[in-house]
Formats: sequence, C-alpha cells, structure tokens
Amino acid sequence: MQRPEAWPRPHPGEGAAAAQAGGPAPPARVGEPAGLRLQEPSLYIIKAVFILDNDGHRLLAKYYDDTFPSLKEQMAFEKNVFNKTSRTDSEIAFLGGMTIVCKSSTDLFLYVVGSSHENELMLVSVLTCLFESLNHVLRKNVEKRWLLENMDGAFLVLDEIVDGGVILESDPQQVIQKVNFRADDSSLTEQSVAQVLQSAKEQIKWSLLK
Amino acid sequence: HLEKSAVLQEARIFNETPINPRRCLHILTKILYLLNQGEHFGTTEATEAFFAMTRLFQSNDQTLRRMCYLTIKEMATISEDVIIVTSSLTKDMTGKEDVYRGPAIRALCRITDGTMLQAIERYMKQAIVDKVSGVSSSALVSSLHMMKISHDVVKRWVNEAQEAASSDNIMVQVLPLTPVKSNSDSSLGTGLLRELQTHLRPPVAARLLAFIATAVLSHESPLFDFIESCLRNKHEMVIYEAASAIIHLPNCTARELAPAVSVLQLFCSSPKPALRYAAVRTLNKVAMKHPSAVTACNLDLENLITDSNRSIATLAITTLLKTGSESSVDRLMKQISSFVSEISDEFKVVVVQAISALCQKYPRKHSVMMTFLSNMLRDDGGFEYKRAIVDCIISIVEENPEGKEAGLAHLCEFIEDCEHTVLATKILHLLGKEGPRTPVPSKYIRFIFNRVVLENEAVRAGYWKFLGYRDMPLLCPLDRCMMDTDDEVRDRATFYLNVLQQRQMALNATYIFNGLTVSVPGMEKALHQYTLEPSEKPFDMKSIPLAMAPVFEQKAATKPEKFAPSRQDIFQEQLAAIPEFMDLGPLFKSSEPVQLTEAETEYFVRCVKHVFTNHIVFQFDCTNTLNDQLLEKVTVQMEPSESHEVLCCLPAPSLAYNQPGICYTLVRLPDDDSTAGTNPQEGGERSKNASQLELLTVGANLWFFSKMKYGSFPK
Repeated sequence: MQRPEAWPRPHPGEGAAAAQAGGPAPPARVGEPAGLRLQEPSLYIIKAVFILDNDGHRLLAKYYDDTFPSLKEQMAFEKNVFNKTSRTDSEIAFLGGMTIVCKSSTDLFLYVVGSSHENELMLVSVLTCLFESLNHVLRKNVEKRWLLENMDGAFLVLDEIVDGGVILESDPQQVIQKVNFRADDSSLTEQSVAQVLQSAKEQIKWSLLK
Repeated sequence: HLEKSAVLQEARIFNETPINPRRCLHILTKILYLLNQGEHFGTTEATEAFFAMTRLFQSNDQTLRRMCYLTIKEMATISEDVIIVTSSLTKDMTGKEDVYRGPAIRALCRITDGTMLQAIERYMKQAIVDKVSGVSSSALVSSLHMMKISHDVVKRWVNEAQEAASSDNIMVQVLPLTPVKSNSDSSLGTGLLRELQTHLRPPVAARLLAFIATAVLSHESPLFDFIESCLRNKHEMVIYEAASAIIHLPNCTARELAPAVSVLQLFCSSPKPALRYAAVRTLNKVAMKHPSAVTACNLDLENLITDSNRSIATLAITTLLKTGSESSVDRLMKQISSFVSEISDEFKVVVVQAISALCQKYPRKHSVMMTFLSNMLRDDGGFEYKRAIVDCIISIVEENPEGKEAGLAHLCEFIEDCEHTVLATKILHLLGKEGPRTPVPSKYIRFIFNRVVLENEAVRAGYWKFLGYRDMPLLCPLDRCMMDTDDEVRDRATFYLNVLQQRQMALNATYIFNGLTVSVPGMEKALHQYTLEPSEKPFDMKSIPLAMAPVFEQKAATKPEKFAPSRQDIFQEQLAAIPEFMDLGPLFKSSEPVQLTEAETEYFVRCVKHVFTNHIVFQFDCTNTLNDQLLEKVTVQMEPSESHEVLCCLPAPSLAYNQPGICYTLVRLPDDDSTAGTNPQEGGERSKNASQLELLTVGANLWFFSKMKYGSFPK
C-alpha cells in the first residue's frame, strides 16, 4: 500500500512536547466575528500529485497527508477526479472539499490537489512546473509510453518539486538542472528489437552456412 | 504487468560486483513503481531489498544514487533497520558532489527520529547556511518536517535559519517564520517586505503575504497599507493573495473591501480558468457578508454563467443568487436550469441552499422557484441532493401560505416514485400536519393510501401520526393494515384503530399526539417488577415515575440501544440492594442533596430525600473531617412530626478521615398521603400533591437533630 510520505514515529518524550508546542500559536483574537476567518496558512500546501493515463489508471501518485489513508480510497478518489475532469477537459475543479487543477497532454492527465482554502494559483504553478520539467526530461513527448520508459526521471522530477507537501521548487529550469536527466534517444526496448534482429540475422547466416 | 516476486528476484544483482548502473537503475525503478502502485511489501522482503539497495552506494552513477535516496524515503516505514544508511547519507551531505547534498539531507531526515536528531544537528545547522541554494532549501524544508518530531531541538536552529534568510535564494526562507513567528509587526523586517515586493518568486511571496496577513488585525494596522500595495504587484498570485487577505479581515466595511473586489472583478474576465475560479470563489465569500459590495460585479458574474468550466459557472450563479434583485430571479432560474444536470451533486446542493435563502428573501417569487425545484426533484440525483430540495420545498410550504398547495402537490408527486424511505416518511408527516389546513384535504388521501399499500414497513408504520387528524374515511386503509405482514404495522394499526373508533378528541390527544410522558427506563423497571410478582391487579401506569426531562429530550437520550441510567435509576438500584428497603416499591423521586452542616464543622453531612409510594428514605452522606478520629456506627437522629413515623435507622458502620459514608433513616408517610406517587397529569389530587412537595423542599427545617451518636477514640 502506498502510504502517504510517513515520518519516523516520534520518540515518546519529545513527541509529546512537539505535539503540544508544535506549529505556530494563532494570535488570540477576542470578540472577532466568526465566518470569514482565514485558515491559518501553512507551508503544507499540496495534498497530492498524480498522473493518470487515458483510462484513468494510475501511473504515478504521491499523497502527502492522511486525507486518503488507504490505497482503496486513493484509487476511488483518482477515479472520481478522472470522471469529473477528463470528459470536459476542465483545468480546475472542486471535489470533496478540495481544489484540483488538471493538465492533459496527449494521453496523460496530470493533477495537483490542494485544500479548497489554498491559493489556486499556487497549485497551478506546481502543475506547470511539473509539466514543463517532464516536457524537458521526456524530450517534448509527454505521453504514456515515454513516461513509463523513463519513470525514474519522473520520480526524481516530482521529488524536486514537492517534498512532503511543501513546495520545494517552482521554477522548471531549476528542477531540470537539479535532476540532470534526459530520456535516451534510443530507448531500451528499441535497442532490444535491434538486438533481436541482429541475432536473427546471425542465426540465418549460420544456418545457411551449414 | 510487473510481478513483485520477479522484480525482487532480479534485485539480487545488486550484490554483484562490478555494479551495472543501467540494469540496477532499471530494476530499482521497477521496485519504486510497484510501491507507487500500492503493491504490498512484507517486512522481510522489504528489508532484504533495502539492504541489497545499500550495495549500490558503491557506484558513482548520479541517477542511480539519487534513486537510492528515493528508495530510502519510500521504504523508510516498511523496512527494518533503515538507519544503517545514516553514515553514508551524512557523508554524501557533507561531500563534494553538490548534486547529492540536497537530496541526501532530505533522505536522511526521513529516517531520523527524535533520538538521532541531536547526532546530526551540527550537519543540519551547517547545511542551512550553506551557500548552495539547493542544499539550504533542502535543509530548511527538512527542518520543518522535523519540527513535528522534535520541536525543541529544531527551535535551536533559528539563528541559522534567520541567517539563511539573507541569502540570495529565498525560496524557503519563509519557513523559519512559521515556527518562531512572534505576532508583533516589528518582527518582520522592512527588508523582507521590500523583498516580497520585488525579488521573491511568486509562490514564496504569496505565502509570505498570507503569513503576514494573519498578523494584521484590522485595516488600521500599519501592515494593512503594505497588503493593499500588493494589489498592484506584478504577479497575479501575489495580487490574489492580497485581495484574499483583505476580504478576510474582520470588521471590514464595504468601502475598505472595494479595492480588493475590483481586482477580483478584473480576474473574472481572465483567460486563465484558475484565476476566474479563484476570483468567483472569493467573491462568493464576500457576498455572504457584504452582498452590496459585490453588486458592482454582477455583470461580470452573469458572463461567467456560461463559462465552459461548470464549477465556475455554479459559483457565479450562487453568488448572483445572494446579490441579485427580485427582478433578476426569473432570468437566473432559467439559466440555472439549463446546466444543473451537468454539475456534481455537491454543487447541486450548494445551488439548492442558495435558492432556499432566496425563497426566504423574496417570498413572492415562490411559484417560479417551486417549478424549478420540482423539476430538479424529477431529475437524477443522490440522497443529499434530493433531501436539500425537499427541505427547501417544506420550508416554503411551512412559511408561505400561498405556496402551500403547490408545494404539497409537488411533494405528493415525488413520493409516488421515491426510493428514500426517510424522505417519504418525512413528507407523509408533513402531509398529515399541513393537509388539514388546506381547503380540500381529501385530495391527499389518495397519495397516502397508495403509500400505505405499496411502500415498505418503515413508511407504513411511520405514517400513523397522520391519522389522528383525519376522519372516518381513513379507517378503511387502517383495516387493511391490520392484516399487514409486518408485526409492528399491525400492532400500531390495531391500537390506533381502537382509539379512533372511540371518536373522542381527548383520547386522540392522549394516545396519539402526545408521546409517552413517563420515564422509559422507569417503565421498563416497573414492568419487570410487575412480571416478577403475578398479581390480579392490572399493571398501573400511574406507578411509573414521570420522565425527569421533557419527553423529546428523553427520546434523544435513549437513541443508543442502551439507556444511560439517570441519577434516579442509580439511586433506585442502590436502595433496592438494601434489604430493609426492598419492599418499598418503585422510587418516585429523589431530591437534590441539601447541605445540613456548615463548612467548618467536625463532620460534613448532606441529605438526599428519596420519596417512595408510602415512605421516605433520608440518605445522609457523612464525611468525617477530623483526621485523628474514627467515627463508628454513625446515625442521624430525627424527631418526626406527628403523622410521620420513623421506622428504622441504618447506621454507617465507620467513618474514617475523609472517607464519606452513608446512613439512612426510613420514615413512613401518613396513610392519607398515599397519593404521593400519583401521576399529577390526572389532576384532581393536585392540592395534596402540592403540599407534599412543599414538605419535601422545606424538609430540612422541619426535622432537627438531637445529636449525632458516635464513638470516638484516637486512632
């Protein structure tokens, strides 16, 4: 089961202290009218990032918090999102209390999910960064076949953009530089096809010589 | 298409030397892919794979090393002994290869727990102030994560973090502000504010602005001007954040909101869907508290109704519903109905709620709304959606006399084909309540009759409330119900039929309209007792104590299967356990404790009076406040007035210091007061009951102590 990125369990004594004192204490505001209060901002902006194929199947997914703790829930969510966004090709949607931004390319759908309180433009910037970086890594072929062949590059790219839900980098150029990865011009499968042809040629040659 | 066992088998080549980077990378990628797909790895196989992966550190292939870091992170929770890579990672994070350092730090922090954190503390501090931006930002992000585990240790790195804030890469310099932010405005240096305006990259600036905004309490705060100036920033993200901050300020007037609103208005016509969405969502929020501030945007909002993105269109409509005028209602309704089938259930509920609010605002428009709502009812939709519509219609029916008949008619039509039992029952109840008030109530009979015949048991049983209001013609379906297949339906039908055939309003009132007024647990006990002692007398409802709380509260309290015992029930059990009190019958009422002694005395006594049918039990809770005395055989002596007879005293065996004990005195009530247990609802005996109750409340004054008998000796 792909759990959300988990941290080692806190050491008993310190964990308690952290739980008590962790995080900023919101300023005490007495007598403030309820309703329009801003959520206390946090740097944990991203809830999840995933890439689906044309049939809504998962190719790459990372969840950064406990909103969907089990694999089943994650899959159900992805399916839900896919159904809502793939047909109408909408770039932004609201689902289950969360904002989802979407980008499609050839036969892939890229998604970034955040809480509905978040600045939507930030989610879009992460999505754009992801897409642009993948575009470079996959030599402008952001499609399923190339993605599967270069999964390691995709993993590394995502790792440089979001870490544990915090936006680490939003500039594609920086990401590309750090990842320093490019898809091979001749992919492994193509090579193996050539190898097969070669060995077949050899075999025919030998059989003719016999 | 990938098989876990096959891949793990392949992973054995990690142990071979020399390491083939390409092949190993390929296999490692497959492992990560499997993990990502949710494949389950048992602890043993995960640990094996992990250890095999550690061999790959011998290779200097960059991509391979980076993938090792990723594997460490992914397997941190499923493999054992992951901390063996600590030294390798520490080496990498302080090594010469810059490209390794950042990722190594992040991997290291993922496997570090509270105990180990201090061991790597100096490395972390160095990394935070490192000149290489990737290293510094990785260290800072990791520190943020580590705060969850060990807040105190990480807090010590504040100085380094603040030093890092002055470096060129400010990507993550906001991080230190989160944990150690103090809320005074002065803590935010003016330098940083300037940076925000000019140098910071948009996501950083926007987030920083959000933090600053939490320190701004009102438009009078000095930082408010700064935020307002951000409305003119060159990055849309920052502008939007500023606008959002302003509208969330408490106690803002429409005038102060105006610059933010006008910015949002501009965004409504942006070519970027995300921006339009953000704008309309925020305007929706403003409209909740300051609808007047948003009316300027009405035209732009109307344009958005036809937006290709349905979420945007829905938000636009609901905003307009909040700010629109009576004349625009017709037009709005028409526009909504054209697309409501395409939006998700959640949005549909939102729209219905907005319509509901509008119905209350413009009651004269009920006919337009009602048509629209009934159309929505006929369409497909989930339970929540249908319920929202039904609630909306019901509120119109209840509050708007002109809309009543149309509303009821629509609801009748709905229940003909409704799959939700809860809704059908609710509507039937409503028909029962409101039907008689319409000019021709009999036209609803047909619908109800059909329901009785066709629906499931819950609906059939639930509709009986309706009957009390109706006349003879209804007795016909009742007859049918007497032959219903379900037990409860039959029982209820028989009962109600008998009551109704008496044709007495008083009976109808008692048995149909008003529910049980007695305490349900009490009734259970009384019935239980009755079954234990066979007697020729019929069971007497009057012997059951009244419900202590209003009936509807009681019903709510007894919703869970087990009844929560009330205080009275607890007392009843305690007293029933005492042999002398077993024959007293059911406990009628227990009073609140009355303090009989003053605070500073040697002993502390509280009295609770338990009233039974013919007796009163005085319970004295005594506490000895002298620590060098042990009291034994404690009783409270009472001098009764004429007609009351003290039957017995049960002493508290011993009272040690500060250990409360209980002693009882049993008093018999005079015979002519045997109506003490009567259900007051019967009336008549009221005067006697009143005096009895008076007696009880004034009790402490009528009885006085002679003395407290105790034996004392030093411990």
